[in-house]
Amino acid sequence: MALIRWQRPETARWDPFHQLSSLRDEIDRLFESPFSALSEGLQPFMSGWSPALDLYEDKDNFLLKAELPGMKKDEIEIQLHDGVLTLSGERKEEKKSEGADIHRSERFVGRFQRTLTLPSQVDADKVKASYQDGILTVTLPKSEAAKPKQIQIKTQ
Amino acid sequence: MNAVVQRDNNQVATTQPERRYVAPDVNIFETKDDYVLEAEMPGVSKEGLEITLEGNVLTIVGHRADPTPAGEAVYRESRPLDYRRVFELDPAIDGDKIGASVDQGVLTLTLPKAERVKPRKIAIA
Repeated sequence: MALIRWQRPETARWDPFHQLSSLRDEIDRLFESPFSALSEGLQPFMSGWSPALDLYEDKDNFLLKAELPGMKKDEIEIQLHDGVLTLSGERKEEKKSEGADIHRSERFVGRFQRTLTLPSQVDADKVKASYQDGILTVTLPKSEAAKPKQIQIKTQ
Repeated sequence: MNAVVQRDNNQVATTQPERRYVAPDVNIFETKDDYVLEAEMPGVSKEGLEITLEGNVLTIVGHRADPTPAGEAVYRESRPLDYRRVFELDPAIDGDKIGASVDQGVLTLTLPKAERVKPRKIAIA
């Protein structure tokens, strides 16, 4: 499945070239597999909220960043199992807007879940996570076996 | 009457051709005493916010605090752009008393209604 975040059209800036290329992508996808295209196309409407994920890699770590604005630390769940990282959680509707007149409601409310297969093995005991300014950062140290090794050539 | 009207974002983009922004998602609701605007700007701290009011035009700009981490991006879904969105305020909003706070990437603006437009109860003598 493509790991591309669905964007609501009205929030994205108008860019004719972007529109063209995405139209082409849509057409390509239709020909790839009609049924998967259909279900992927519908997914944003069914899943509701799909927070943006970024994954970075350096020599020693993977670094995952997820945009999760306005949550509480304990509403976010992180699971790592067999190299598959799952982020899930639920954002609850805030009470203060209850009974008020709603003029705009663009922010998502409800559950989300994102699953990511890590490109190589990580040391599950050393994973660290922090949450600041609405961004969750998960640092996943690579396991020793997954790190690149320099092999010395011996001369006789 | 439309309380807090969003201006056309395309218009904003053409006046500033050099910089690209992403429009934050907002919720706007109205209570008895004020309008409340919540804007999602993950990655923006208090220091990165610029809120300006010129006449009745409210501009929210958020600069991302998080620098791109070291290493190579394997996946990238977020857009590394600053946030900007412009609203035209109802003249009934008291511009001097706008309150702002930011918590975990969500900016909350409280826009109080001026005293003169609040519903008043008139007692029958």
